[in-house]
Amino acid sequence: MTLTATQPMSLPKRRSGRGWAAAVLPPLLVLAGFLGLWYLMSYELLAPDRRFLVPPPHRVVSVGFLDWENLQALLVGLVVTMRVAGVGLLAAIVIGLAVAIAMSQAAWVERSLYPYAVTLQTIPILALVPLFGFWFGFGFFSRVVVCTMISLFPIIANTLFGLKSIDPALRELFALQKVGRWKRLRKLDLPFALTAVLAGFRISAGLSVIGAIVGDFFFRQGTTGIGILMSLYISRLQSELLYASIILSSLLGIVAFWLFSGLSFVVGKRFDRSQA
Amino acid sequence: MTMTASQLVFDDAGSVDFHDLGKVFANGTQALRNVDLSVGSGEFVSIVGPSGCGKSTLLRIASGLDTPTTGHATVGDGAIGFVFQEATLLHWRTVARNVELLMELQGVPKRERAERREEALQLVGLDGFQKHLPKQLSGGMKMRVSIARALTLNPDIFLFDEPFGALDELTRERLNVEVTNVFAARPFTGMFITHNIFEAVFLSTRVVVMSGRPGTVVGEVQVPLPFPRPLDLRFDRAFTRLVSEVSGLLREGSS
Repeated sequence: MTLTATQPMSLPKRRSGRGWAAAVLPPLLVLAGFLGLWYLMSYELLAPDRRFLVPPPHRVVSVGFLDWENLQALLVGLVVTMRVAGVGLLAAIVIGLAVAIAMSQAAWVERSLYPYAVTLQTIPILALVPLFGFWFGFGFFSRVVVCTMISLFPIIANTLFGLKSIDPALRELFALQKVGRWKRLRKLDLPFALTAVLAGFRISAGLSVIGAIVGDFFFRQGTTGIGILMSLYISRLQSELLYASIILSSLLGIVAFWLFSGLSFVVGKRFDRSQA
Repeated sequence: MTMTASQLVFDDAGSVDFHDLGKVFANGTQALRNVDLSVGSGEFVSIVGPSGCGKSTLLRIASGLDTPTTGHATVGDGAIGFVFQEATLLHWRTVARNVELLMELQGVPKRERAERREEALQLVGLDGFQKHLPKQLSGGMKMRVSIARALTLNPDIFLFDEPFGALDELTRERLNVEVTNVFAARPFTGMFITHNIFEAVFLSTRVVVMSGRPGTVVGEVQVPLPFPRPLDLRFDRAFTRLVSEVSGLLREGSS
């Protein structure tokens, strides 16, 4: 019997316009409520001389984002922090993938390294931060180290999970062809684990931004990151700018997360088994 | 074209021999005991038996995925095709790329891969589905892809580990006819594991019956019916008689 090809079976329909409204409206309402509370705090609860504790939103916007000189300082700091986060994340990805692949290839590697990978996650890295400054100086490199350490574990854990959840029958299919481990890694293990790997990247992307800002707080040599600006604004009581810098660094984390979510979505269409 | 297995001439590339084979798993379970079985080139042998009688283990030993604890297995040096219980497709590869997978792993050049892929897809009736992803296919179609993939290696020995167990009856019957078509068009040594007596008789030149754990061979039935085999064969008197013969042996073996 011969079957003939028809249209590919229809994939789930794209969200309709109404679906979009349903997705966007609720968070917008929450934002409006939040801004309302913020104004209430500034104008009703705080006396004018204490208003600097919670400056009203429009002041944050006009001082932080509409004044070009201030905005420029913020953006320059943001770019510095972004660079630290990017390099730190890249290092975490390279090291994390290498460690997870090594663990998946040999049980003894996993047995000997995994406890320390977990330890890495449980020890307060903040407590180690002064040590890094002591060893590596108080500049760019130390910031990257902090960043990498904070974002390493999710990559190791997710990649390892992905590599270990490969269908045993698929492993046997490859074993029957007497395929070497590197070839199998390329043709089977990594593509199979890809969605889990990307989930790890996504979590770590957010963490790397946190790591970079923490690094800024401790290591003040070299170009000024946004974390350094924050402590500067605190000491000068420039609360509008402080708020603006907090908003910008949050945005950086969100953008990093979105970037990897988008990547997961695109890749997931083909590689995610659950999206059948 | 009509032929019987005895008319074919083969070299040794496609023979499978088990001599006094035994298998005890690491947990102490005895899966197989004193299995003596020879499958000659050009034979299609189905192995039926109750669940857990070590049928699959026998096949895994033939393929080299598992080793016996006693006795020995001698398998011809020809190419082996193995069809698993599940289709075992790579979900990110299209049908075409899935069918090419084993050739790719063997280093077959690209042009030849494409040729053999098209040939195999045609043989299993899936021409036109090259660009589909596995998730767009039904269970039966996935299994066809899996069979096409094994076919690309031009196997001398074709091992089927209960491949149609999860399919509905209609799909199973259709695929049974296709397996006999493939067998007639491109002969190989076949070993087919199944629970289904009808399926076993329909596909085979010989049916081997195994007892419950520890599994051993309790008897066999020759099926001297010509290939290719039409679906109606199931209502043939000769067919029914063979089915009841196998059924009787199976009952004896498990009592």
